[in-house]
Amino acid sequence: MVSRKIVLTFPKEKIDKPIVYRLIRDFGLIFNILKASITPDQEGHMVLELTGENSEVEKGIKYLKDQGVSVEPLAKDIRVNWEECTQCGACVSICPTGALYIKDRKTMEVAFDPEKCIACELCIKPCPPRAIEVHF
Amino acid sequence: MAKTIAEINEKIKKGQAVVVTAEEIIEIVEKKGLEQAAKEVDVVTAGTFGPMCSSGAYFNFGHSKPKIKAGGGKAYLNNVPAYAGWAAVDLYLGATALPEDDPCNKIRPGEFAYGGGHVIEDLVAGKDIRLQVETYGTDCYPRKHLDTWINIKDLNEAVLFNPRNAYQNYNVAVNLSNKTIYTYLGVLKPNLGNANYCSAGQLSPLLNDPFLKTIGIGTRIWLGGGIGYVVWQGTQFNPQAPRTEKGVPKRPAQTLAVIGDLKKMSPQWVKGVSLVGYGVSLCVGIGVPIPILNEEIAKYVSVKDEEIWCPVIDYSESYPQGKPEVLGEVNYAQLKSGEIEIKGKKVPTSSLSSYNKARLIAEELKQKIKKGEFLLTEKVADLPGVESGATFKPLKERPVKEEK
Repeated sequence: MVSRKIVLTFPKEKIDKPIVYRLIRDFGLIFNILKASITPDQEGHMVLELTGENSEVEKGIKYLKDQGVSVEPLAKDIRVNWEECTQCGACVSICPTGALYIKDRKTMEVAFDPEKCIACELCIKPCPPRAIEVHF
Repeated sequence: MAKTIAEINEKIKKGQAVVVTAEEIIEIVEKKGLEQAAKEVDVVTAGTFGPMCSSGAYFNFGHSKPKIKAGGGKAYLNNVPAYAGWAAVDLYLGATALPEDDPCNKIRPGEFAYGGGHVIEDLVAGKDIRLQVETYGTDCYPRKHLDTWINIKDLNEAVLFNPRNAYQNYNVAVNLSNKTIYTYLGVLKPNLGNANYCSAGQLSPLLNDPFLKTIGIGTRIWLGGGIGYVVWQGTQFNPQAPRTEKGVPKRPAQTLAVIGDLKKMSPQWVKGVSLVGYGVSLCVGIGVPIPILNEEIAKYVSVKDEEIWCPVIDYSESYPQGKPEVLGEVNYAQLKSGEIEIKGKKVPTSSLSSYNKARLIAEELKQKIKKGEFLLTEKVADLPGVESGATFKPLKERPVKEEK
């Protein structure tokens, strides 16, 4: 069993088509919707955690891509602009998964682990220099 | 054996001064003892980098043709109102100023994307800034409107002047209510969800000189990447705060008013910040050199996080209502561990002040002094001490009754 977090972008002509449910039906995958925003006549975005047999996860992702859905690993979704970051650490007690954390308690250096990030975006506004960016 | 600042400066000029940071001195004193440390070390550098709302800058933008008198009119920099109650072309811009059309907290929590602090950062970064003036005409200043791009390099003067910076210690903010609150100490999650603090602790300038023995009016400091000076005590200056046995204040206590040439500063160290639901502020880097004149001063600079205590305060009720309740005291070693205990609950901590950058500032100032690029100054006058009676009073409100 593997678990992967992915960001899906649905082209606007696909929004009214049922697509994601087939991940369960055809590939036996478990999915957890971490975030979704679907607006009529615009692109739709969804952050999914997919769990299942590795080969089935791969097939499921291929199926999504065949349907015209763009699939990106979640790691690309939230980025810290380290040029702007002041290393204060205001984000670390806001981040629910420990993706933003203090790397070294002596230097109090702030770090980001994209693997742990669920793209909840709770950190975006509490960051005083607004150094955390959402990329789709 | 006592040293003088003049002797230390001689050593700095010869490149022989022994300079260490306020972090490094802790180990030196532990290993070698106070007497030896005071003998060997000449200067200890302290630093801090955090949001300092009581900051701002003033400018003289030069006379237009025909001339205009902004004084008494209105002036805006990138749409952010600047104070124009001075002469014709002098303006003061405060860090917390907001555009008049900013939605503020109409929809909570407000975003506060751009304000005075950001304009100051953009100016320092060398970006063009839009200046608009609306005023009345006079015989000698006939022009009423001005709308132009300006750039820091063309200004006659651009001066950072902060009425209150470098707070000696500060509150730890928590939230006892059952909803998230948005404060100048960051976002506070309900039911003691997190605890936010704002001090560089053992690296913070005034915690390394708790009785201001060496820091006073005229002290040359590292300010925003350039050179600055202490010009006065900061506002809300309170030497009466309760202290530990070693003299370290356990509450927000003394502060500094500082000044420096904005043109020589760097946007890395003069940074506009947005505090969601609260407003705009300015992070300002401050580095202070402390001359190790004797053992007493060596003792003060060897203070470490475990010895610096601060109050935990509920920002959902006690703070806004001006109630004196303190939920407990914690030290900076506990705060920096990432978790403190309040009312039997383990609470994760965050800092609003950057310890990581404070270290860089202390290191940068240390290198400058070692290279002979930064000499120390004698203070011209002392700041008020405990004996002065100076304190931080609340407003004595005397409501005005409307006559009917």
